[in-house]
Amino acid sequence: MDTLSSPPLLKTSLHAVHVSSGARMVPFAGWDMPVEYSGITAEHLAVRTRAGVFDVSHMGQIEIAGKDALAAVQRISSNDAGRLAVGQAHLSGLLTPEGTFLDDLLVYRMASSHFMLVVNAANVSKDFAWISEQIKPAGEAACVNSSSRYALIAVQGPAARAALQPLTAVHLDDIHYYWFTHGEVASARAIISRTGYTGEDGFEIFVPPQNAETVWKALLEAGRPSGVIACGLGARDTLRLEAAMRLYGNEMDDTTTALEAGLGWIVGWDKSDFIGRAALLAQKSAGVDRRLVGFEMTDRAIARHGYPVVADGRTVGTVTSGTQTPFLKKSIGMAYVPVALTAPGTTLTIDVRGRIAAARVVPLPFYKRPTRA
Amino acid sequence: MSYPADLKYTKDHEWIRISGDTATVGITDFAQRQLGDVVFLDLPEIGRQVSAGEAFGSIESVKAVSDLYAPMSGEVIEVNDALKNHPESVNQQPHDSWMIKVRVATPTEAATLLDVSQYEGLLG
Repeated sequence: MDTLSSPPLLKTSLHAVHVSSGARMVPFAGWDMPVEYSGITAEHLAVRTRAGVFDVSHMGQIEIAGKDALAAVQRISSNDAGRLAVGQAHLSGLLTPEGTFLDDLLVYRMASSHFMLVVNAANVSKDFAWISEQIKPAGEAACVNSSSRYALIAVQGPAARAALQPLTAVHLDDIHYYWFTHGEVASARAIISRTGYTGEDGFEIFVPPQNAETVWKALLEAGRPSGVIACGLGARDTLRLEAAMRLYGNEMDDTTTALEAGLGWIVGWDKSDFIGRAALLAQKSAGVDRRLVGFEMTDRAIARHGYPVVADGRTVGTVTSGTQTPFLKKSIGMAYVPVALTAPGTTLTIDVRGRIAAARVVPLPFYKRPTRA
Repeated sequence: MSYPADLKYTKDHEWIRISGDTATVGITDFAQRQLGDVVFLDLPEIGRQVSAGEAFGSIESVKAVSDLYAPMSGEVIEVNDALKNHPESVNQQPHDSWMIKVRVATPTEAATLLDVSQYEGLLG
């Protein structure tokens, strides 16, 4: 038993609801989180065809404010926050001087000199320490770890808007993709953001922790007629993989760069200096040696995180994520491979627990939601 | 779900139906619930010799892979290929979804298997 050495798991404000609803709980990034409610497949399909509600309160929030907040964010975040209007958000990277990832994050521009960064649960302390230190040269700006002030509930899927709209006076159609607004949801003060990590339309709702249970139950109640169900982190992972959204710890870490991960679009190439810029520019001009690709297995097998990609008896790459996906019903994954092996159609061979299995490189994403009127 | 009294069990959450010199092997309801949605089975060829405790194949859910362990030694004489196309039946009917049949080489190994009350005791 290692119970003496490991600290007790953290609990979100919805923990008791998950447990009493019969969710299967697992430790994740130091939190006791629901991995599944009715089953990953059922939840995954619900999000693709109706909608699902997720507790993602384990995500961290770090806020930066002050006269020079923009300069501070510009220094530590790879994307160009100067292009964000108040009420707008974007994906970005928190990079090392080598251009590799300390974390990925969403940057919300709350006011012209107030930003909220939403970071991965496992990285909150590391990110906060890094940011506190690194914004000092930027001028007058302070950062606060405000993670405990927010519960975060995601409602995702084609029926998400219909489930959320009855609970708020905010006209949801006016919130465009990657924009957010303030309002009330089920009488709770909320930030309503049209963002998500599933490849579907949907919203992420920041509410005070004491209101989380009310909002959670109201969403499920309002969504019941359209088949909206509670979902766990298992489906969140398979959904984001189908949509080819990168996951920190899998596709991104402190050994991989934004260029290798195919995330050049979250780099503000035209803005002035930021941490990692010189390294990325050098890599851009020299060219990358390896890149992230998507693959489909052509042999009957599932290639999972960490499995080696081999060629001529040598390990040449690594699978970052892989599963049998519930919606596409294919065995898919992503892997870092040498540039010579990145063209769609290229055959990859993967060591699946001692057995060699073939896969074919395919364009990303695996799944793109149909455009709806 | 209650566990059938006519089956034997292992601490690795396999069930075994012994009939004459044939042992039919599957995984228990507890095991399928731990795995979640089963999407993939890797089962041995007919004729393979397995020893008790040896991995004879693997079972994968959306989120994880687990080895399948032979509860008794012997030769694999039948494989349930239908499961390859319908792995979900392991979730739906775990105690009817057999995976392999083994011609038992060492009948005394049966003494190491758990009966239903011992298995339910293990689950607590």
